Formats: sequence, structure tokens, C-alpha cells
Amino acid sequence: MSVMIDTGNYIAAKAAVMARPAVVPAYPITPQTTLVEGIANYVKTGEFKGEYICVESEHSAMAACIGASATGVRTFTGTSSHGLLLMHEMLHWAALARLPIVMCNINRVVGPGWNIWTDENDSISQRDTGWIQFYCSSNQEIFDTVIQSFKLAEHEKVQLPVMISYNAFILSHTSMPVYVPDQKDVDNFIPKRIPKWKLDVDNPITFGNIILPAAYEKVRKDMQDSQEYAKKLIPEISKEWKKQFGRHHGDLLELYKCEDAGYILLSMGAIGAESKVSIDNLRKEGIKIGLARVRCFRPFPREEVLKLGKQADLIVIDRNISVGMEGAVFTEVKAALYNNSDAKAYGFIAGLGGKDVTFGDIEKMCKKVVNGKAKQLEWFGFEGV
Amino acid sequence: MAIKNLPREECYLPGSAACPGCPATMALRITFKALGKNTMMIVPACCTAVIESLHPHTSFDIPTMNIAFEAAAAGASGVEAGLRMQGKTDTTVVAWAGDGGTYDIGIQALSGALERGTNFIYICYNNEIYSNTGIQRSGATPYGAWTTTTVGGKTEFRKEMGEIIQAHHIPYAAQTCIAYPEDMYKKLVKAKGIKGPKYIEIMAPCPPGWRFSMEKTVEMGTMAVETGAWALYEVENDKVTFNGKSKLILEKKIERKPIEDWIKHQGRFRHLFKPKKDVKRIKTIEDHIDLIWERYRKRHL
Repeated sequence: MSVMIDTGNYIAAKAAVMARPAVVPAYPITPQTTLVEGIANYVKTGEFKGEYICVESEHSAMAACIGASATGVRTFTGTSSHGLLLMHEMLHWAALARLPIVMCNINRVVGPGWNIWTDENDSISQRDTGWIQFYCSSNQEIFDTVIQSFKLAEHEKVQLPVMISYNAFILSHTSMPVYVPDQKDVDNFIPKRIPKWKLDVDNPITFGNIILPAAYEKVRKDMQDSQEYAKKLIPEISKEWKKQFGRHHGDLLELYKCEDAGYILLSMGAIGAESKVSIDNLRKEGIKIGLARVRCFRPFPREEVLKLGKQADLIVIDRNISVGMEGAVFTEVKAALYNNSDAKAYGFIAGLGGKDVTFGDIEKMCKKVVNGKAKQLEWFGFEGV
Repeated sequence: MAIKNLPREECYLPGSAACPGCPATMALRITFKALGKNTMMIVPACCTAVIESLHPHTSFDIPTMNIAFEAAAAGASGVEAGLRMQGKTDTTVVAWAGDGGTYDIGIQALSGALERGTNFIYICYNNEIYSNTGIQRSGATPYGAWTTTTVGGKTEFRKEMGEIIQAHHIPYAAQTCIAYPEDMYKKLVKAKGIKGPKYIEIMAPCPPGWRFSMEKTVEMGTMAVETGAWALYEVENDKVTFNGKSKLILEKKIERKPIEDWIKHQGRFRHLFKPKKDVKRIKTIEDHIDLIWERYRKRHL
């Protein structure tokens, strides 16, 4: 094991290369650029021995991932914001084709106007593509999650692509020390991919041709079953990782001081990390509050959230908005509680367009709920919070 | 090579879902014979996605992957890289797309793959329309032709895809036609033996799309070449060679036949003949073909 001090993107590049993908098709977009540049550098140093394909668009990046993955090899790519949106069609394709592609997405605002700061609307709008979605809160978590994601995606009962999202600049361009395991330990953790299907001249099958309704519905059901299975597998992989490398970032949720909490805050990404400071401060003021950082958004930890709803009222901070409704996590949280809990749930929209959300801001939002002044849905910074 | 000497092996199996008289099936059959079983095919949205037959069946005896409409060439880049990383460098990777997926929605991915030097054969079977979706105009539809989206006849000329391909200066590009299976076979075999990106475009007259009777597919192909509406040529490292009748037309050893001989048999041009002959528009088509051949002669004679 060694320590590497670097930005989220370079850490992701390191993790990706250590996972030994055979093919990495990539297209640059701010703020993902240093990730793909990082991998290009490993091509030069010889550390990355796979094929690096400089494609002409993100749509083609995902198409090339699909093509390569269909030959049975491991693939990786990274993108952000508009790049992710351009991929949208191929994201569905990758998931329906059951190809375990792993991709980093650097959460960046969607234009117009042009804005390269962070919010989660890019990846939240890919919610229904069938991809497993993680949101990271530190560079160490980025590294660990990239490696873990290959194991998850390639598991014979999962066979779905995984997207690892992290915040533009707050993580992508901020240096932190990260423990990097030895290559042989990574190799042991993620052995060579065994594909469930592949393009093979010795077994000529036609994949993806016209499919009738009943058979198609079965494909969808199978994807759902696999996501449900992933809910069980993610904690197992986290446990195995902890056992082997001593680090744990949570399972589908990362719980912090929840045991005796009467209020539990749910948030994702960097706000999740920031929230720990707020929880400590609020507890000093005598408020029994805990944090459940949503690490995995798809599959959504419905059962764990319901468990929290049995003991506490829930406060959700979303750095995204499904316009016409509310924040995406807030919606899911309420759906998890429905019919089974009397907990109250409060939603806040904060930090859109990359607006800073400090621990002080988070404390203000929580206090408004604790003081009984919060409406069910609030925009932080607009309504005198 | 004479037709009787083509390989007997068929990778295009009975039970496909093609229309009767379909030119794509003819092209597929010859393509599979030329490239053999060590071939993989990437198929975007196009008639072939139907021709393959319905899940869980297939009419192709080579591994085939369907992919989104605009993604054939990029998918092929991925397949080629994936195979190469496993040391499987002897497999021929083919992207097989229609003219809509090539001239229009897939042109960016195609250009990208050619520029990157992907070692594959991109085959466009060109029936001059979006036929799978029910006969809509594409960038390959000729001037004057009726489609469901050019109801009075197309008002623009078709794109010169061959010139766009040549601008990429790839090792091999060719135009052929289903009416000339020997020419088609020869070009496919040649492409198979060359490393790097290859492009082959196959003229494919479509009975329901062009509104002609299903037994006339080959005849429509022959007439496309003899009237000069389509040219048979190949480009090896920027050197252009015209083949067959097209060579004779280029060298003026034979006169190309009047365009009327071709279009009067196609219902898609009926409005140019009935209720009365549209002399002006027919002349526009004729003049445009002359212009193209003058351009060919200036560059390639």
C-alpha cells in the first residue's frame, strides 16, 4: 500500500488503470478532462496496457464501450454533464445489453447558461437508464468505489453497468491523500471478467434483434431483479473491502451518529461529507441528529431508509431538482416511507448551479426543521432559511 | 470470379424476415461468402435489424450485435479494440448500415472511426431512403424522387458520400451494386485483405421503396449503373479506378443510357411522367448526372 496525494480525477484515473480494463474509449469534457488525461499519461508510462480510444463524441465513447464489452473484456470511461446527456441513449443500451461497463461521471451543471460547477442534475436525469449509481464524498471513496464497482458490475447475478458520480471541482480538482493498495491485491479483489455473453465466432449468436413484448418485459424484470440483488451484494463487497484494506465508506447508506437520533439528515456527494461537521456542531447544541449519506442512489436503499423512518424524522438535502416536483432523493425517501412509517420528511433544494453549501448552511436547514418552522419543501437561500 | 465458383458455404440462413426481392439479402449473402465465418457484424437500426429475424432466432450464422442508429462505426471501433486486446486479430469486423445510418445520423461516428484508423470494413447498403421506417427521404435520396417526406419529389440532390469518404484518405473504398455480384465479391475480398479502415457502398434498389416490381431488383441495379446514376469504382490509397460499365462510361467508350430508362420503371418518379411528362425536372436529373461524370473525368482520367 502507498499514499498518493492527488485530485479526484487523477485518483479515479489511477483506480481505473489498476482495474486493468482492456479498452477505455473517452472524450474530453470539463471537468472530467484530467481524468482522461490521467489515463492517457498511464498509456505513455506503460502502466496502462489496454487500448485507449480517442473517440469523437461521448455518444461514441459509450458505443465503443458497448462494442468492446460485448467481446467479453473489461471497459471503463468517464464523462460529465452534457457528455453524460449525449450518452443517454447508449446508457440505456449498455444496461439493456447487460454489459458491466464502469464509468465515472463528474457531477456538473447542465446548460444553458454554460456553467462548469457542480450539481447532480446530469446524473439524476439518467436515473432510469438501469445503471447502478454511486455518489462519492471523498477522493478515497472514489478510488475504493471504482475498484469495488468492477466487482459489483461483473458479478454473475448483477451484469449491469455502474456509474460513479462525484462533484465537479469540490472533488474532481481537489487534492487529498489517498491510500492506494498494491496491484496484486487489486487483481485478487477483481479477478478477470467472466462474461455471461459475448461476440464469439465459435458461437455465432445475434444479440439485440427484434424482441416481442412478453420477452422484452422479462428483460426488464430481470434487470430489476439484478438491481435488487445488488442491494445485497453492495454491503458484502464493502465488508470484504474493509476486511482486506481496512476502509469502509458505508453500504448503500453511510450512517453517522444515527443510533439515538430523532432527526436524520440524508444527502449525497460532497454535501454528505460536509454534513458530518454540521451533525457534530448540532449535537454540541443538544440536538439529537444523525446523518445517512446516500452512497448508492440506484438501487435505492428503500429498506434502510424505512428503518430510519421508524426512529426519526427525515431531512433531505438535494443538490438537484426534478422540475415540477422536488429533489430526487426527497421523492425516493418519501416513497420508501409510504404506508409503513409515520415519520415526517422535509426536503431542501440547495447548491444548484454550484452554489456553495457550507456546514453552517446545513445547520441552518436542520435547525429550521427542528424548530418546527420548515415547510415540506424549501429552497435554501430563497425563503429566509 | 464467376458466380458458379463462389464459396458454397452460406452464413445467410433461410427464414429471414426480408421483403421479397430485397437487395440487402443479396448483398448480405455475397458479403458472408466473401468474408467467411471469422467475421463479426455490428448492425445499427436499418432493414437488416428486421432481416436478421426475430429473437430468439437469427438468420445469420456469424456473431451479430445490434446497436443504436448513429453508433455502428463507434461500436465497431470498440469491438475491434476488444478483440485485438484478446489477440484475436484475424476476425473481420464489419459495420453494416443503411444509407440513413451512414449519410445522415451515423456520419459523425463513421468519420471518427475512419480518422482513428479502426481496422474494419464499413459497408453501407444504399437504397436511397429510410426504408425500414416506411420510405422517408435520406441524404442519399436522388433529386425528384418521391418519398413519404418528399411528397412532390425531392428538391435537393443527393450527397456525394464517395467524396466525403475519399477526403479521409483511407486505404480502401469502393462503390459496387447488387446487380454485379462478382464485382461486389471481389471488392469485399480485397477489403478483407487490407489493414485499416475500409468503406464499401452497395447500391441496393428497394422494390417497395422505389415502387417497382419485386422481380426487377437486379434490373434496377444494372440500369442504375448503365444510366450513370451509380458508378462502380474503387479507391486504393487515393488512386481511383472505375470498374465494368462505369469504366467504359468514364472513358466514353460507351454512352451512358438516358436516365429515363431507369426512372420510368420506378413508381417513385411517376409524377415526372404522369399526368404529363415533366421535361424540366427530368432534364435537371440528366444534367446533374452529366455534371458528376464530367467531374469524374476531370479528376480520374
